[in-house]
Amino acid sequence: MSEPVQMNMIQALNDALALHLQREENAVILGEDVGLFGGVFRVTEGLQQKYGVERVFDTPLAEAGIVGAAIGMALGGLQPIVEIQFADFVFPAFDQIVSEAAKYRYRSGGQYGIKMLIRMPYGGGIRGGHYHSQSPEAYFAHTPGLRVVIPSGPYEAKGLLLGALECSDPVIFLEPKRIYRSVKAQVPMEYYTIPMEKATVVREGRDLTLLAYGAMIDVARDAVLLAEGEGYDIEVIDLLSILPYDLKTILTSVEKTGRLVVIQEAPRTCGFAAELLAEVQQKAFSKLQSPLQRVTGFDTPFPYALEDNYLPSKERVLETLRKTIEF
Amino acid sequence: MTESRRSILNEDGSCPEEYLGLIPDDDLLAIFRIVLLNRVMDRRLMILQRQGRLGFYLTSSGEEAVTVGSAYALREDDPIFMTYRELGSLLWRKVPLDAIMNQMIGNAEDVNKGRQMPVHYCFRDYHIPSVSSPVGTQLPHACGFGYAAKFRQTENVALAFLGEGTASQGDFHTALNFSGVMNAQTIFVIRNNGYAISTPASLQTRASSLAVRAEGYGISGLQVDGNDLIAVVQAVKDAAERARNGRGPTLIEALTYRMGAHSSSDDPTRYRLEEETQEWEKVDALARLRIHATWRGIWADKMEKEVWADAEKAVSNAIEDCERLPPPQIESLFDDVYDRMPEALRSQKEEYLEFLQNKRR
Repeated sequence: MSEPVQMNMIQALNDALALHLQREENAVILGEDVGLFGGVFRVTEGLQQKYGVERVFDTPLAEAGIVGAAIGMALGGLQPIVEIQFADFVFPAFDQIVSEAAKYRYRSGGQYGIKMLIRMPYGGGIRGGHYHSQSPEAYFAHTPGLRVVIPSGPYEAKGLLLGALECSDPVIFLEPKRIYRSVKAQVPMEYYTIPMEKATVVREGRDLTLLAYGAMIDVARDAVLLAEGEGYDIEVIDLLSILPYDLKTILTSVEKTGRLVVIQEAPRTCGFAAELLAEVQQKAFSKLQSPLQRVTGFDTPFPYALEDNYLPSKERVLETLRKTIEF
Repeated sequence: MTESRRSILNEDGSCPEEYLGLIPDDDLLAIFRIVLLNRVMDRRLMILQRQGRLGFYLTSSGEEAVTVGSAYALREDDPIFMTYRELGSLLWRKVPLDAIMNQMIGNAEDVNKGRQMPVHYCFRDYHIPSVSSPVGTQLPHACGFGYAAKFRQTENVALAFLGEGTASQGDFHTALNFSGVMNAQTIFVIRNNGYAISTPASLQTRASSLAVRAEGYGISGLQVDGNDLIAVVQAVKDAAERARNGRGPTLIEALTYRMGAHSSSDDPTRYRLEEETQEWEKVDALARLRIHATWRGIWADKMEKEVWADAEKAVSNAIEDCERLPPPQIESLFDDVYDRMPEALRSQKEEYLEFLQNKRR
């Protein structure tokens, strides 16, 4: 084992992709500007130079075509790894993802499966307005057949990506671009995987379970520090897998604390938090000490100038923590 | 680079000598039998649907020169990315009638486990990927497969079918454009049968040809007489040869006519004249094939009765075999969503099975 290296999420993802291309000779990377340029966020930097234009290549500018062609590549024995430049641009490919990739195994009675992964930067906090900031996880989470995962830091990004690339199902891999470069962590240089369908307790606590994913994990941590100063002991869970998700870890925690707050930067109505709250209230009803709460974006399009007001902040989270514990 | 409608068979059924070797006599007879079988399937299954014994059906009569001819021109292991209107390709590939009927009924023996409506085929053993209802989604798949074939240095060619209505979809554009850029080993065959449900081809595009679009993508394109088996086979063979040799994809527009309704839910008398259909019937795939085989001296009308009877019997047997089979096991409802069943789905399954067991009567 070599020493872990300090990396940001971009470097961790790049490292994971390089390791995978090295191990799996039928894996290919395709998308807009992913080749020579290395992607607009540089996640695929240097990969075309190292693995060739047949394996890492630019496509015409059409998301539906990228995903549709990738499905055919998977049927033809390749493992396509697609980059959608921004999650906000994925909607032209929605039909190919939800009606084709997600359904192929089921509708063919298991004769075929689509082993592919679609990466996309998502979420706010980069002054990108509503076409560079949205969080579309709930759309995909409503689609049986897809897996949806979201890392929360460099270590998780590498392990989760390698784990997802071992999976034989279509995976939507959402990358919280707000913390692409702002967060650094120690990341092993070796191959390691973080299993899907598994949430992680990142901080233990007695009074309340605070659940988040992606960039909201950092918001959760900040809010928990503030809450600690007020004498509250908060448990934090990083969901990591949105679909299918790890209900067991959540229930174990909530049964201990009796309280749950979910943070989600997507709009409130029908967001993924709603699903979590519904399941938890049904399965842990007798253990609950206060109403289940969520801190979310608002039911507005993602704003440009006022994005700091839109996104869940540590102050908004803290206020919800207080209300829930003092209920 | 784009030619206009190319016919090889003459009106009297004759054809230039140099094309005679393209389809040897034995193969021509085999194709003839399959076309007749296709007709019998269409007639009988439509009746079955009207009797309420089949949920849905959709005919392909009249278009067999394209559906059978294209499959004939390919290698057996070249994938065909189909729509729901190419039964003839399955029949040429020798997909057993029972397997087709099992799919129609969605019974326990259906290889697709009863997951899709009738005519939404998928037979991996015969290199037929899964058919879906939203039209055109299979086109980029064929492009991707054609790229994979090139990448893996196999000689496989992916052929995708579509109707002329589907040429209006975005997926058509992206598939052709991507195929061109990627130099994919792919062929696109448009069955221009005149109608997308009720909408005539003239309302899909102002252009008089769909094949000319190939030029805009920098790929080969041609328009063929889609009821002319020889012309279709020659076009697809040429296209396959080009693709296998790294000379890129081809767009073929085959001009034909949809003799039947769009589907069992459609009534064509509301939007087209009976006379129009009757005119086409005189020159449809079967009529053209019949006079050609007769011209070759390998077919006589009196032989046809027996072939019809054989086809009827084969279809009757398949219906009888397959209608008797039970529906898929209820447990299978939850299978194949993922490679491995997630915990959350397993608990839904257990909960439902328990409900079934304890259901109050």
